[in-house]
Amino acid sequence: MTAELFTQYLFAGITYGIIYAIVAIGFNIIYNTTGIINFAQGEFVMLGGMISISLNPLMPLPLAIGCAVLLTTLIGALIEMIFIRWLVHPSVLRMIIITIGISILLREVALHIWGEGVRSLPYFYGNEISSIDILGAHVSPQVLWVVGICSIIVILLSLFFKFTPLGQEMRACSSNRLAATLCGINAKNMVTLSFMLSAGIGALAGCVVSPITYTQYDCGTGLAIKGFTVAVLGGLGNSMAAVAAGLLLGILEAFSIHIVPLAFQDAISISILLLILFIRPHGLFGSSEAAGLKEF
Amino acid sequence: MKHFLSTTMLAIAAICLLFSGPAQAEDDTIKVGAILAVTGGASFLGGPESRTIEMQIEKINANGGIHGKKLELILKDSGANPEKAISFAKQLIEEEKVFAIVGPSTSGETMKIKNICEQGKTVLISCGAAEVIVNPVARYVFKTPQKDSFAVKKIYMVMNKLGIKKIAVLAGNTGFGKAGKGQLLAIAPEFGIEVVATEVYDKKATDLSAVVAKLMANKDIQAVVNWSIVPAQAIVAKNMRQAGWNVPLFQSHGFGNIKYVEAAGVAAEGIIFPAGRLLVADSLSADNPQKDVLMKYKNDYEAKFQEQASTFGGHGYDAIMVLAKAIEQAGPDKEKVRDAIENMKNFAGTGGIFNFSPEDHNGLDIDAFAMMTVKDGKFVLYE
Repeated sequence: MTAELFTQYLFAGITYGIIYAIVAIGFNIIYNTTGIINFAQGEFVMLGGMISISLNPLMPLPLAIGCAVLLTTLIGALIEMIFIRWLVHPSVLRMIIITIGISILLREVALHIWGEGVRSLPYFYGNEISSIDILGAHVSPQVLWVVGICSIIVILLSLFFKFTPLGQEMRACSSNRLAATLCGINAKNMVTLSFMLSAGIGALAGCVVSPITYTQYDCGTGLAIKGFTVAVLGGLGNSMAAVAAGLLLGILEAFSIHIVPLAFQDAISISILLLILFIRPHGLFGSSEAAGLKEF
Repeated sequence: MKHFLSTTMLAIAAICLLFSGPAQAEDDTIKVGAILAVTGGASFLGGPESRTIEMQIEKINANGGIHGKKLELILKDSGANPEKAISFAKQLIEEEKVFAIVGPSTSGETMKIKNICEQGKTVLISCGAAEVIVNPVARYVFKTPQKDSFAVKKIYMVMNKLGIKKIAVLAGNTGFGKAGKGQLLAIAPEFGIEVVATEVYDKKATDLSAVVAKLMANKDIQAVVNWSIVPAQAIVAKNMRQAGWNVPLFQSHGFGNIKYVEAAGVAAEGIIFPAGRLLVADSLSADNPQKDVLMKYKNDYEAKFQEQASTFGGHGYDAIMVLAKAIEQAGPDKEKVRDAIENMKNFAGTGGIFNFSPEDHNGLDIDAFAMMTVKDGKFVLYE
C-alpha cells in the first residue's frame, strides 16, 4: 500500500467515523437522562437535512441551517411532550417501542412532505469536485467542515455537562433520578431538554453531512444502526468514547476495503458489534461496574 | 321529525350506492389492476409510474373511454415487497377479477407473480427491467422497459470506439445491480473488454471514497461502469472526481433521472449512459417517429405534477397505452387482447418502437436505447 493510498483510506475512514460518532452522541444524551435508546435519532438527522434544504432557497445558508436546527429542536421537544412525558414509570421495552413508532411516523411524514427523491445542501465551500491535497490524498473540503463542526459540538457538550448548572442537573438525573428529584431538580424537564439537545445536534449533523451523503426521507435508518453500533462500541452514555469508537469503526471499515470486497463492509461492523457485546458488553471505554448499575 | 328525515335520506343513499356500484362496474367499466412500488425503496420508480398511469386513465376516460367503456384503475402499493406483490396479484385476479394488470415496478416482484398471472390467464405488463421476465416467454407476461443486455452492449460499443480495453465494474446490491453485473461480465469478452475489478456496495451506501481509492490505485483501469438505481450513482461520480480520477464513468439506464444529475452537480458532467429518448425529447428531429409521443407525454406530465418526467414514468405510460391500444383493437375480451398485444407492430411508445411477437414479449430492439451524456447539468445525446 502506498503512503498516498494509506492517507486516502484514513480520510475516508475519518469521514465515515465522524458521521457515525455524531449520531451516537445523540443516542448518548438521551440515554444519559432517560436510560433508553431513542431509535428516532436517525430521523432527527434526516429532518435537519430536509428542513435546511427546503429553507436554503429562501435565506442564506448559515441562517437556513440555524433555523433547521431550531425547528428540529422544537420537534424533539414536542415529541417528548406528546409521547414520553406523561408515561408513569414506563418499562424500557415500552419506551423502545414508542421510539421505534416515532421513527416510522417521522419517516412517513417526511415522505409525504418531501417525496421520495434525493436532495442535498450545496457544498459549504467549493463544489462537488473540489478537493484539498493533504499528504498526497485528495479530500473534499466538506469533510473538513464535518470534522471541524463535530469537534466543536463534542467540546461544547463536554463543557456544558461539566460546568453549567443545567448540564450538572442533567447529569444528576442520569446518575440517580430519585436523588436528583429530592434535590429539587425537575427530572421531567431534564428529559425534555435532553430530547431537544439530541434533536438539535442530530439536525446540525444532518445539515453538515448532507452534501456528502445526500438526504432522503429514509436515510435516518441506516445512520441510526451505525450510530447505535458506535454508541455500544464506545460504551453507552459516554460522548468522548463515542467519538473514539466512531473513528475506530470508520477507519477499520475503510481499510478493510483494501483486503476484502466492499460488500463485506457492513458485515465487518456488525461482527465487531457482536464481538464487543460478547467480550466487553459495557463497551470499549465503559466500566463494567457502572454498566452493572444501569437498568438497560 | 328532522332526525327521521335525515335517517331516511341516508338509508336511501346507502341503498342507491349498494345497487348502482356493482351494476355500473360490470356494464360500463373495464377494471385494470396496478401493482406499483409507490412507497418504499423503489418509490422513484413506482411514484412516477403510478402518477403517469392515473393521468393516462383519466385522459382516456375523459375522451369517452374505450368502446364506450371507462377504465377503472385499482392501484395497489407493494412498497417493492415481493410478498405483498404476490398477495395483491392473487387478490386482483381472484377477487377483483381484473381485466389485466400493469406493473410491478421491479423485476424481483414481477418474477414472483409471473406464474400467478399465467395460471390466472390475466395479462401482465411489467415495468421491471430484467430480461428474465420475458425470457423464457410466458404466454400472458409482457414488459415495457428495454432489456439489460442491450444497455450493456451499447456501453461496450462506445468503449470499443474510445479504445477502452480494461474496466472496473461497480454495482449496487439490488436485483437490478446483480442482474446488470452478470450481464456486464458475460458480454465483455464478446467486445474484447476485460473486467479487471468488480465491487458491490450496499444500496444505502453514503460514501464510496475508500473503494474509489482502491480502484484508482489500479493503473490498468481505463473506465468505470456503475450499475445501480440508487443515489449512490451520484456519490460514485462525486467521489471519483474529488479524488482527481478522471477516467470515463459509465452508468446504467438507471441514471435516467435528472434528480441524480442535480445531486451530483458538476461531478455528473461527462457521465455516459444508455437511456430511452424521453430524456432528450426536445432535441429529437421532427421526423423521429417517437417525437410526438415523447413531447406530449413530457409536457402533460410536467404540467400536471410540476416535476421533470423520467424514463421510469415512461415505462408506466407504455404499459397502460399498449393495453389501451390492444383493448381498442380487440374489444374487451381477455384472450383477444392478449393476442392483440402479441401481434402489435410499430407502436411508438416512450421507450422505443414496440414490435411484439410470440417470441419477443418486450418488443424493443437495441435502437430503443440512445447513448447520452450530461452537459451543463442537462441530458444530451452522446455523439
